[in-house]
Amino acid sequence: MATETIDGPKRGSLLNDQRTRAIIFQALAFFLVVVFFIYIGTNTVRNLDALGISTGFGFLDSPAGYDIAMSLIPYEATNTHGRVFFVGLFNTLSVAIAGIFAATILGVVMGVLRLSKNWLVSKLVYWYVEILRNIPLLLQILFWYAVLITLPHPKQSIVFFGETFHLNKRGLYMPEPIAGDGFGLIVVALVVALIIVPIMSKMAKKRQEATGQTFPVFWTSVALILGLPLLAAAITGFPVTYDYAELKGFNFKGGMVLRPEFVALWFALTVYTAAFIAEIVRAGIQAVSHGQTEAAFSLGLKPSWTTRMIILPQALRVIVPPLTSQYLNLTKNSSLAIAIGYPDLVSTFGGTSLNQTGQAIEIIMITMLVYLSISLLISMMMNYYNKRIALVER
Amino acid sequence: MKLGKFLFAAAAVTALSTGASAGTLDDVKAKGFVQCGVTTGLAGFGAPNDQGQWAGFDVDFCRAMAAAIFGDAAKVKYTPTTSKERFTALQSGEIDVLARNTTWTFSRDVNLGFEFIGVNYYDGQGFMVRKSLGVTSAKELDGASVCIQTGTTTELNLADYFRSNGMSYESVVIETSAEGRGVYEEERCDVYTTDASGLAAQRSTMSDPSEHILLPEIISKEPLGPLVRHGDNQWGDIARWTLGAMIVAEELGVTSANADEMASTSKNPEILRLLGGEGDMGAQLGLPADWAKNIVKQVGNYGESFERNLGTTTPLALERGLNALWTDGGILYAPPMR
Repeated sequence: MATETIDGPKRGSLLNDQRTRAIIFQALAFFLVVVFFIYIGTNTVRNLDALGISTGFGFLDSPAGYDIAMSLIPYEATNTHGRVFFVGLFNTLSVAIAGIFAATILGVVMGVLRLSKNWLVSKLVYWYVEILRNIPLLLQILFWYAVLITLPHPKQSIVFFGETFHLNKRGLYMPEPIAGDGFGLIVVALVVALIIVPIMSKMAKKRQEATGQTFPVFWTSVALILGLPLLAAAITGFPVTYDYAELKGFNFKGGMVLRPEFVALWFALTVYTAAFIAEIVRAGIQAVSHGQTEAAFSLGLKPSWTTRMIILPQALRVIVPPLTSQYLNLTKNSSLAIAIGYPDLVSTFGGTSLNQTGQAIEIIMITMLVYLSISLLISMMMNYYNKRIALVER
Repeated sequence: MKLGKFLFAAAAVTALSTGASAGTLDDVKAKGFVQCGVTTGLAGFGAPNDQGQWAGFDVDFCRAMAAAIFGDAAKVKYTPTTSKERFTALQSGEIDVLARNTTWTFSRDVNLGFEFIGVNYYDGQGFMVRKSLGVTSAKELDGASVCIQTGTTTELNLADYFRSNGMSYESVVIETSAEGRGVYEEERCDVYTTDASGLAAQRSTMSDPSEHILLPEIISKEPLGPLVRHGDNQWGDIARWTLGAMIVAEELGVTSANADEMASTSKNPEILRLLGGEGDMGAQLGLPADWAKNIVKQVGNYGESFERNLGTTTPLALERGLNALWTDGGILYAPPMR
């Protein structure tokens, strides 16, 4: 072997040619992997058959027969397992999206505070990060749930905002806004504002590049997004009525409710992931050399501008890739919901439906595919964003 | 090297998959113990006692099988399973038999590939509430929050019951009975629902059992029984007649105390057949001739096991009710042993 590499490959024998050999081995490995999976597949089907367990996806059309406490789409027990799938999927997505938003905000704030010159603040954040990220997430979920269900009983609810909000161990009950006549105009106003804002920001940038004059883009955007719908609401005479929650019998009825299962899971996912994000943000900011700041200051840039235009664009390069994996982690960690009975995809479709139908292989396969798709989707979006913010080298 | 690894993996998969089919008795004899699936802890039915040993009504069934096969009731290993895991554990061959207050239903028997070998406890689904709520009937439960264990028939019955009575509820789905008890005691829910025997078991372990009452409505029939995998009839027969022998022993008045004596002195041919003095029932099952005697001697007959684990002298304080012998007004009945 050793002599061969010194002498160079010998011509004539295909087996001795390194490239051919590599291809042969790869083909062989690929073949074995395929055979392995075919073997597992047929073996499984044969054994399921021998045990008399039926296979296939027909169960998706059969009625589920059980209730789910929280659903974003209309659902009742007579609906199919196929619909249960969507109920679970939306519950998973809602806690994941809410978690990603909150964790990003909390994480960025914590990451910046971690670099604060105030000793107390920076140490507090240091301990927050060290404690939260080193306690298993499952325990944190159970902790928050335990805290939330020691709140008072519905009959002794904590009330605030003039008895319109009720907080108890069954959830936070809030008034539900109900759209009246003319509500459409408010929506239109909001959409218009959302269209104007990016156009305005582009024009402002162009103007600044051309003339050097700046334009308060941020505050104008806030004014537009809040102001236009408010204006529309004023014109149509505030066409929103509220459905208030009321204590009837055992529980509150009407209104909207945030259940302790959702809140506990959301809290836990947020503070746990935010601890990691804080470290990522800190690392990203510290990765920008101090010379950049000094250079910006010596050009006379305001500190806020220095942060926004010099430090952040460079820090984001470092921050975004690890941030993506935190988002993926958060989404996948949301499947721990089952521990406290939050009806996510795993606990409804992958739990109760699996148990009622016995179609373990099919259901687990679907569930795995869903998490894979969600993860790939997040990855895709973050990669796109990463490309956009990447430094353009000239 | 790769090929070797592959072959090893393939062999492992084959070994796993073939374990699931016929020859369970031989496998069990070879490994020297019965692997029995039980609950994660339900007082009276299957829970570790103060010496850390599994005890309970369903556990007794596992011990009876070990006594029949090995002549030693202690040769059992227990796999605690949640209501969700139990079926996969049995299907995959991780356990040999599941004795875990499991309701015999059509779909489980037919579609999941199991064989229920009989009923060891006739039960029905009930509701438990706090006395302080002042509720006296399940019909008054409109709008209540209901704690329920996932992966059970009770989940379906509950939906049916509330729907047919035009009532609404909020389900709080939990995984194990211990968790359920915790959440119910914290008053996250107003009602706890499961089989009536399970409610009695849960209540007996609450901080103050007298605070809670069972509502009179029984909304379903829940024949609970042990089950094995489809396809190994010999193993199914052994399980079926282990339960049969315990019930027949009670019918004939054979107890753990008098089994030995009866085997030598009794003139009753039925008793002699049961205890192995006449006929070759043991050999037909592939078991020793004194298989049933060992069951009765080491575990006891059905009535003894019931009284020891669930009866009126235990914290559960369950009456025999439907589970009394057919001669005593119940519906407990075993096919004749002949």
